[in-house]
Amino acid sequence: MTQVSMTVNGKAVSGEVEGRTLLSGFLRDSLNLTGTHVGCDTSQCGACVVHVDGVAVKACTMLAGEADGAEVTTIEGMANPDGSLSTIQQAFQDHHGLQCGFCTPGMVMSAAALLQENPKPSETEIREYLEGNICRCTGYHNIVKAIMAAAGQDVSKIAAE
Amino acid sequence: MPKDGGIGASSKRREDVRFLTGRGRYTDDININNQTYVHFLRSDVAHAKINGIDTSAAAAMPGVVRIFTGADFEGIGSIPCGWQVTDRHGEPMQEPAHPVLAQGKVRHVGDPICAVVAESLEQARDAAEAIELDLEELPAVVDMKAAVADGATKVHDDLTSNLCYDWGFVEENREAVDKAFEDAAHVTSLELVNNRLVANPMEPRVAVGDWNAGTDDYTLYTTSQNPHVIRLLMGAFVLGIPEHKLRVVAPDVGGGFGTKIFHYAEEAFCTFAAKQVGRPVKWTSSRSEAFMSDAHGRDHVTKIELALDAENNFTALRTETYANMGAYLSTFAPSIPTWLHGTLMAGNYKTPLIYVNVKAVFTNTVPVDAYRGAGRPEATFQLERVVDKAARELGVDPIELRRQNFITEFPYATPVAVEYDTGDYNATMDKLAEIGDLSGFEARLEDSKKRGKLRGLGVNCYIEACGIAPSNLVGQLGARAGLYESATVRVNATGSISVMTGSHSHGQGHETAFPQVIAEMIGIDESQVEIVHGDTATSPMGMGTYGSRSLAVGGSAMVRAAEKVINKAKKIASHLLEASEADIELKDGQFTVAGTDKSVAWGDVTLAAYVPHNYPLEEIEPGLEETAFYDPNNFTYPSGAYCCEVEVDPETGKVTIESFAAADDFGNIVNPMIVSGQVHGGLAQGIGQALLENCSYDENGQILSASYMDYAMPRADDVPFYEVDHSCQTPCTHNPLGVKGCGEAGAIGSPPAVVNAVVDALQRAGKDVTHIDMPLTPGKVWAAMNG
Repeated sequence: MTQVSMTVNGKAVSGEVEGRTLLSGFLRDSLNLTGTHVGCDTSQCGACVVHVDGVAVKACTMLAGEADGAEVTTIEGMANPDGSLSTIQQAFQDHHGLQCGFCTPGMVMSAAALLQENPKPSETEIREYLEGNICRCTGYHNIVKAIMAAAGQDVSKIAAE
Repeated sequence: MPKDGGIGASSKRREDVRFLTGRGRYTDDININNQTYVHFLRSDVAHAKINGIDTSAAAAMPGVVRIFTGADFEGIGSIPCGWQVTDRHGEPMQEPAHPVLAQGKVRHVGDPICAVVAESLEQARDAAEAIELDLEELPAVVDMKAAVADGATKVHDDLTSNLCYDWGFVEENREAVDKAFEDAAHVTSLELVNNRLVANPMEPRVAVGDWNAGTDDYTLYTTSQNPHVIRLLMGAFVLGIPEHKLRVVAPDVGGGFGTKIFHYAEEAFCTFAAKQVGRPVKWTSSRSEAFMSDAHGRDHVTKIELALDAENNFTALRTETYANMGAYLSTFAPSIPTWLHGTLMAGNYKTPLIYVNVKAVFTNTVPVDAYRGAGRPEATFQLERVVDKAARELGVDPIELRRQNFITEFPYATPVAVEYDTGDYNATMDKLAEIGDLSGFEARLEDSKKRGKLRGLGVNCYIEACGIAPSNLVGQLGARAGLYESATVRVNATGSISVMTGSHSHGQGHETAFPQVIAEMIGIDESQVEIVHGDTATSPMGMGTYGSRSLAVGGSAMVRAAEKVINKAKKIASHLLEASEADIELKDGQFTVAGTDKSVAWGDVTLAAYVPHNYPLEEIEPGLEETAFYDPNNFTYPSGAYCCEVEVDPETGKVTIESFAAADDFGNIVNPMIVSGQVHGGLAQGIGQALLENCSYDENGQILSASYMDYAMPRADDVPFYEVDHSCQTPCTHNPLGVKGCGEAGAIGSPPAVVNAVVDALQRAGKDVTHIDMPLTPGKVWAAMNG
């Protein structure tokens, strides 16, 4: 067992982990931050995306030990300080960008990272960026629309209801 | 003007807030003090005799609590099948035993042999690797036709063959159908495969079993679409636990698509083992495990023939289908290729004579059961493909051939035993032409040509059946369950309402849509209504959510319970207002005496019900809570018309979806935003089936697509923005909301549109291609073009 320490959602945390413990496992099991979801075992689905030092990372591809000393943000840390939904979260609700909610934390974290890199992405850029996030419910339509809306783009022309 | 609340409003989903902030509570988020973890050691071969299991070394490994094998389940019930099909000779289907852990033999890759319970999941996995198995491999049965050939190895030694049943529908029509084919002016035939799929809800299955030594009560937390069904099947038929000692909780569930309907061995194991080890037992499926243990979907091989007269009227339809059951009968498996498939073969057309033959076959593969659409996609695909092929053979417009044969008068009794109550297939086709801009196709074709791409247009219709019922009829057809739904409407003292429903939401948004109905009925704000579901301890016995039934059946139960509540509230109001009950009206949350300005608010009446000081106690009981069970008297019949435009790259065979439009008739709509979302998701799954997804086995029964590295899930860049419309509305005539169901339509209607479009593109390019089996991968399309 090794000791790891990191900052998660602005709070200093530490814990004992096995060498093989993944960051996703540390967040879920040791910190009880269960918003980070595990939907596969081959780093394909993206339900576990978090930000590590500002970069979107699949938390199942990283050992907890590798995140020692890092600044980690999870879905639990994405709302505004007053607890209200952030712009991206609100856009997902406004545009029905989620159904069962399981892929949603990863989608929101990926979308946030995309908009950091590219504040006005095109539809194609969004679809390509989301290559690593699988959603089985929405058919992606409203996810893409929500991200465009969160970026301040006019989505009123996109087929809706 | 869009409404801002009640029926017809696109109310934003209240459940989103917890999901968007990481506060959902899925089964894997549940951890019970002192819990253990189980890892299943599963067969890595398709078919073998178990000669020995040596767990001694594994049992001594660190953290191991106990190792279970099939021997621990002798005397424990078999995982039951919920539907018995009678074959064309009047004999019951062959029904093999399905032990919780393999006994004597393993029958598919993934069949669980041992269960290692340990202090941690890692320790359980480590110990499983130390178990020594002596497996004597047997020939695997994979191909369905080979499975029923003489001399085939039997999956189950105690059955007479690998044929589960040979079903004919309607058997009495068989000779008349054959005669119609002899008299036909034209016959179009097609052999096709409906590819095996894996449902793949993003949340893998999880089960946590708990047992209280002080009370002998069991609790199972599980990823289920229908916790009451699991309680009944597991309690009564597998473990012998009476319902009052067994609570089943399905909290937030991350998608189901059918595969979380069924009762699975892992649920029974965790419940059983919790008592055996005296501690909670938790199982979390890995994705690879899910591919080997979640029931699969589809997997039909079909020959379909369509007979037409000289005027191109459909005169008869005949099909022969082999339907894969896999190694065991999953909960509703036998009903899918029969009653949910044969009854839909009339489609949207007035074909007078139909005969459907289905041979259900056991193979050494994962069990196959309902997956989004469940039987209706298989029916729609073959029918809409053969109609398209007929149009091309006859040189007539595929849309016009469809219109010519549309059913136009309702109610309409089909020759396959169902009666469509309402529909307007020309209206949805007209709407499709508009939203799909069909008249602009030629211009887009030219544009594609300039870019060196082959463009094609595929159009099709669909009809489906939701809310399967009534219970007495389905009982005659072999269902071992009722198919009603329940709701309790509990009005609280100050007027807010809790609705306990047997329906279960795992993405469908019931927590938002159901309150819209109650709010509309009473005239209070939606926020005053809360939906409680997913727990046998809080909801009345209900059948859960599948088959697009929740609003049509569960919503109807809720309406019936709310009507009882309103009737009682009117009695109370009539007392408070000193007026005749017949004169009391409820509108906008106020009870008024007709023709007067006397009124009393909803909240005052509800308070009187619980603080009955001024109350007719001699006539009615205090309180305001009613339960209703609703058993529909027919299915509902959503229908629609879909179109897809594709581009095929002539160099590589790669198909891209350029556009997809769906015009649906779902009857009345409660929340248009949610309905559109349901269609979007279904379309992506249908496009996935058509272009990407395939669960494949090699000839030895090894599953070749057991991870997202090998099973091609649709991604965001595989699909376009969709044009969807549900303004064509012919309300259902037999449920109180006039709703039909929208959950599966997208997945049912879309695969033929995609394949029709690709065939169209290739034929326009002069290729002699009449059919390609799904998924239409670049390799298959290229081979068809260059074959």
